[in-house]
Amino acid sequence: MADIRNNFIGIKSPNPFWLASAPPTDKAYNVERAFKAGWGGVVWKTLGEEGPPVVNVNGPRYGAIWGADRRLLGLNNIELITDRDLQTNLREMKQVKMNWPDRALIASIMVPCVEESWKAILPLVEETGADGIELNFGCPHGMSERGMGSAVGQVPEYIEMVVRWCKQYTRMPVITKLTPNITDIRKPARAAHAGGTDAVSLINTINSITGVDLDSFAPQPTIDGKGSHGGYCGPAVKPIAMNMVAEIARDPETHGLPISGIGGITTWRDAAEFMALGAGNVQVCTAAMTYGFKIVQEMIAGLENWMDEKGHASLSDIIGRATPNVTDWQYLNLNYVAKAHIDQDACIKCGRCHIACEDTSHQAITSMVDGVRHFEVIEAECVGCNLCVNVCPVEGCITMQPLAAGVLDQRTGLPVSQIYANWTTHPNNPMAKVAAE
Amino acid sequence: MATGHFIEGIAGGRLSSEQYADNFSDLHPPLDHHEALVESDRCYFCYDAPCMNACPTSIDIPLFIRQIATGNPLGSAKTIFDQNILGGMCARVCPTETLCEEACVREVAEGKPVQIGRLQRYATDVAMSEGKQFYKRAEPTGKSIAVVGAGPAGLAAAHRLARHGHDVTILEARPKAGGLNEYGIAAYKSVDDFAQAEVDYVTSIGGIDIQNGKALGRDFQLADLIRNYDAVFLGMGLGGVNALRAEGEDAGGVANAVEFIAELRQASDLSSLPVGRRVVVIGGGMTAIDAAVQSKLLGAEEVTICYRRGQEHMNASEFEQDLAAANGVTIRHWLQPKRVIAENGKVSAIELEYTAMSGDKLIGTGEMLRLNADQVFKAIGQSFVPAHLNGSAEQIELEGGRIKVDAEGRTSLAKVWAGGDCIFGGDDLTVSAVAQGRDAAESIHRALTSNGRA
Repeated sequence: MADIRNNFIGIKSPNPFWLASAPPTDKAYNVERAFKAGWGGVVWKTLGEEGPPVVNVNGPRYGAIWGADRRLLGLNNIELITDRDLQTNLREMKQVKMNWPDRALIASIMVPCVEESWKAILPLVEETGADGIELNFGCPHGMSERGMGSAVGQVPEYIEMVVRWCKQYTRMPVITKLTPNITDIRKPARAAHAGGTDAVSLINTINSITGVDLDSFAPQPTIDGKGSHGGYCGPAVKPIAMNMVAEIARDPETHGLPISGIGGITTWRDAAEFMALGAGNVQVCTAAMTYGFKIVQEMIAGLENWMDEKGHASLSDIIGRATPNVTDWQYLNLNYVAKAHIDQDACIKCGRCHIACEDTSHQAITSMVDGVRHFEVIEAECVGCNLCVNVCPVEGCITMQPLAAGVLDQRTGLPVSQIYANWTTHPNNPMAKVAAE
Repeated sequence: MATGHFIEGIAGGRLSSEQYADNFSDLHPPLDHHEALVESDRCYFCYDAPCMNACPTSIDIPLFIRQIATGNPLGSAKTIFDQNILGGMCARVCPTETLCEEACVREVAEGKPVQIGRLQRYATDVAMSEGKQFYKRAEPTGKSIAVVGAGPAGLAAAHRLARHGHDVTILEARPKAGGLNEYGIAAYKSVDDFAQAEVDYVTSIGGIDIQNGKALGRDFQLADLIRNYDAVFLGMGLGGVNALRAEGEDAGGVANAVEFIAELRQASDLSSLPVGRRVVVIGGGMTAIDAAVQSKLLGAEEVTICYRRGQEHMNASEFEQDLAAANGVTIRHWLQPKRVIAENGKVSAIELEYTAMSGDKLIGTGEMLRLNADQVFKAIGQSFVPAHLNGSAEQIELEGGRIKVDAEGRTSLAKVWAGGDCIFGGDDLTVSAVAQGRDAAESIHRALTSNGRA
């Protein structure tokens, strides 16, 4: 049986599935339920300074987009950090950690960007017995207008500065949570690294408007006729998050820096993908908010089953395994040739591959052969773009099949070369590097 | 005294009023808003969609379903009505399981097609309940066209002609318009007087005058129409019922299934409608199923359909056969009627002979079966009665006993078009009649406007 126990920067949990700092981890009641359901850890919803807590709107806090059958694909929120009194949170955290010593409990923190504020709160958190802290430099709404959250996360110098304070004033491991609302995720990650962070976690939510009410012409979620951009999360953001995780994992400056992966993780497979790209564990929110805490049971069993099937004994066998395979476009092998292949037994003849290819791509799929409705790849036209695979409603019906070296590519009329050759050496590239003679 | 199911002979009042209401409620209740959204999400929006190609009226099914999914049911209804102005009735009565839904790729993929018929009903119901009219009449052309028969073919032709600005007079023999939609479909497929509501919806475009009680050959002649109108469309359906060719079929209690169905549809009080305790229906098509199921629903104790060939030869779809079975109707195959046995002039039993295929010929095996019956319905097909047409004008050419038409619906007589069940080559479907009426109207319109007269 695969061992899925997780040790993330010294913080141990029975599995790599943590709940992210968000509404599900707002108070002891929820967190207790999460631990009962099997979650390996939680990042407690972000704590603010001592004093009157923040207030939230009293109208809708969430907006969403849906796929077929109203499957929730993306969720947006304009909720702020905890609106509960700091002492209440600290008291509950301490009690929960005592009740669940084997689970990870991390405190998310967001206080003003001044040294005294951080210096003041860190000992209070430390006293709860929390396993670590996560610096919330990510929330893109509300708090950022007050110079916190993503307002800090968008300025690498601030990140480095605050991380330094934290490393100075607490013995707890520090996880720096990054905002994706920047152009190059490597910059804030490098800054956090320079400041001495133990890990980064990402992504926080993405600035978004989920919809517009076409009667009132108001953005959604709508508060009394107005709307504000909120933080976007859920399955729709997963590809964006995975790219950012991979960018940090393969950046020479931050390579090896532990990463807690966040962004649309809904199934064990999503989690395994994040870990393969370099995440040491994962944090989940939207999936729990959509289906409840029970989903972790699918994640645990699914991950174990997959690892058993593939012979992976522990998480270290999979973490970062895909990182070396993430490269720049210029290094992709231009001599690799694949062609789409349609399994005629699996084909249900919806014709979507044909029309996608015919209207928008390379006219490489038939619709009619000998007067019969028939969808077949015309290899001489197929560039191997994969669009047909992506629009086919039947999983596994259309596959991309690589041509072996030496086989004739009917499109180019040339045999497939067995030599790896990329853009850097391509004759069409004016900047091509010619090998020294 | 025997009550309910067990009253001997042909009797009414076999059930409680609640049972009647329940038995004859909507066979496929309408989808509510949520159900329609869930179902519409299942459509793959296929290219050159097989469902659309399977529809005799070529409704753009993927488009109308997408319009439901995106919150545009009125646009959806227009997509349907553009091709089929009787889309509301077709949504109820089409054997979708052998048309669009059989072709649905989800039927191929998972054996569960998108419920196209019910989605079509959803969209058309929205439009009709709002009284939304999508079409305006073109400028008047001054042309007038006579349509014989206010059934699906005639109504579809009339609507399309009226849209093009022509004036249409429909001559209908029966007291109500609608044809088989009104008189010939099982009551549970068209509840709440839908056929009449649809006639009103279709004719509200204007320019369509329906004259009831006007029968061809009795109240007017084809020659009159040809003389008095710019064009004529014949859509009078089938007037005759095939005989059993069984000895004694004139006995009391032997009736035509189509008449029974019509009577049932027109009955204001179902409990007053008598039905036998033991009913035998002869035939294998939709009419046989409709008559058998409704006999059962009226409280008959025992209903048997006898069909002279095998199950695979039945015209009734598998769905209809299952419906009959689910309602407790027994379907027996390879049996042909030989003799109706009567007591005091009323049927008491029917004698049937087993049949078999000998090469490609159906033969009687000589083995006999006797079924007790106090009512026998004949549902072995209807026939066209050409006598009403001919003798009053030039001979119109027939084929296979029905009116011969070309691809546009033109008959052998100039100025005369035809469509629906009365033409040769049809498939006895409402939806096909609509397509033929519509297409003939376009042909008439082209003929009336292309030679410079319009």
